[in-house]
Amino acid sequence: MKPFDYFSPKTLSEASEVLSKYNDDARMIAGGTDLLLKMKAGRLAPKAIINIKRIPDLRGLTFNSHLTLGALTTLEEIKQSPIIRQYYPALSSAAATMASVQIRNLATVGGNMCNAAPSADLAPILIALNATAVINGAKGERRVLLEEFFTAPGKSVLGVGELLISLEVPKQEGKSIYLKHSPREHMDIAVVGVGIACRGFNPLTQVRIILGAVAPIPLRAKKAEEEVMGGSLTKERIERAAKIAAEEARPIDDVRGSVWYRRKIVEVMVKRGLTGLVNGN
Amino acid sequence: MAKKFHLTLNVNGEHQELLIDPRRSLLDVLRNDLELRGAHRGCDSGDCGACTVILNGKAITSCMTLAADCDGDSVITVEGITPADGLHPVQKALVAEGGIQCGFCTTGIVMAAIALLESNPHPTEEDVRDGLAGNLCRCTGYKKIVEAVLNGERK
Ligand SMILES: Cc1cc2nc3c(=O)[nH]c(=O)nc-3n(C[C@H](O)[C@H](O)[C@H](O)COP(=O)(O)OP(=O)(O)OC[C@H]3O[C@@H](n4cnc5c(N)ncnc54)[C@H](O)[C@@H]3O)c2cc1C
Ligand code: FES
Ligand code: FES
Repeated sequence: MKPFDYFSPKTLSEASEVLSKYNDDARMIAGGTDLLLKMKAGRLAPKAIINIKRIPDLRGLTFNSHLTLGALTTLEEIKQSPIIRQYYPALSSAAATMASVQIRNLATVGGNMCNAAPSADLAPILIALNATAVINGAKGERRVLLEEFFTAPGKSVLGVGELLISLEVPKQEGKSIYLKHSPREHMDIAVVGVGIACRGFNPLTQVRIILGAVAPIPLRAKKAEEEVMGGSLTKERIERAAKIAAEEARPIDDVRGSVWYRRKIVEVMVKRGLTGLVNGN
Repeated sequence: MAKKFHLTLNVNGEHQELLIDPRRSLLDVLRNDLELRGAHRGCDSGDCGACTVILNGKAITSCMTLAADCDGDSVITVEGITPADGLHPVQKALVAEGGIQCGFCTTGIVMAAIALLESNPHPTEEDVRDGLAGNLCRCTGYKKIVEAVLNGERK
């Protein structure tokens, strides 16, 4: 690892100041579970590391008209939170599929988003739940739909000096599900992740189908959504929607799976997810 | 040279102050500065759990944590839970059930199990398997480890 200057700011403005001073050469560290791997492997050598864990504005998990997840909320907190288990069970179960408890105690939801890996498990389900990213920078606060947050692998709309403060998740009036396919049940990255949230039943009045790990960024399968909206929701329509979603996916061949295999898994999982939601589990 | 960081830690109940290079992991500082060699370095990438310690009450992989990030925090290592004249009940159970062979993974397993039992005193087998999913063992085949954690709790 190359040497770096280390900062541990206690406020957002202090953090923004250091970030702007180093321009693009500083990196924030939250749980460090993505960042340190890259630094250890020599793929990243920032001039400054800014520990953001001492900034109180980034903490907290509250639920009133909506759910607010401070960027520092850990994956284990999301897995265990009684509020999330009750009102957003698919979010809690998505966190439960991730890493190990030792990593989940370090890893944060903010890190999972800002690292912007195509396979990030919380992205498909949070986008399905229509979450909004609250961002802070020199120019103040701005809000971006999480659906529009990711721009490329490892990239998001965050500009230099900007931090993700929190994620806001609207109250859910329907049902949702997250399905992850990976060869190993534990400690494995998604080959395909599918997050679905829907409202109404026979007809569906709203549905969002988000595919993870099969495109440069989490992908909304809009044509598949259209296929199942309105009218009576038959098995045939669900199967058609699953095939359409597989067509919409833009996967790559890599060590975890081929293009063909990933599309096939998308089809299987979209079908399984929609069927599960319709049958009420 | 990176500027040294003045680190304050509470380790196994003892106050520690150190000057460290900010690049160093908590694992490295525990092993090499504080000479607590119970936490082991297996993969150095968060995959094996041999470096598990308890940070502010929670099990974490100390290889994936910058020591500087833990400034002011409290750390418990396997040395801190082992009584001077014997073994912790979880350690005893691992010995009794044959859940230990070469011992490389054991210290991490002990710390992960203790953290699990602390938050969930009556775990199911599923809970134990989930709580230890981040701890790799090349020797035992896991079954006896899981039984030890379950039985240690029952006794
Ligand atoms: C063994 C292991 C298993 C894993 N398993 C999974 C898995 O199953 N699924 C999965 O999705 N991921 C997995 N991961 C990856 C990782 O743990 C997660 O992506 C995690 O949520 C990252 O959070 P962090 O707080 O550790 O991020 P960090 O490493 O601290 O940060 C990641 C990036 O985001 C930036 N950042 C962090 N917080 C903010 C913020 N608030 N504002 C702006 N930028 C910010 C950092 O500068 C950095 O570039 C695994 C990692 C390991 C080591
Ligand atoms: S050495 Fe830390 S997890 Fe393997
Ligand atoms: S006892 Fe040898 S690695 Fe577990």
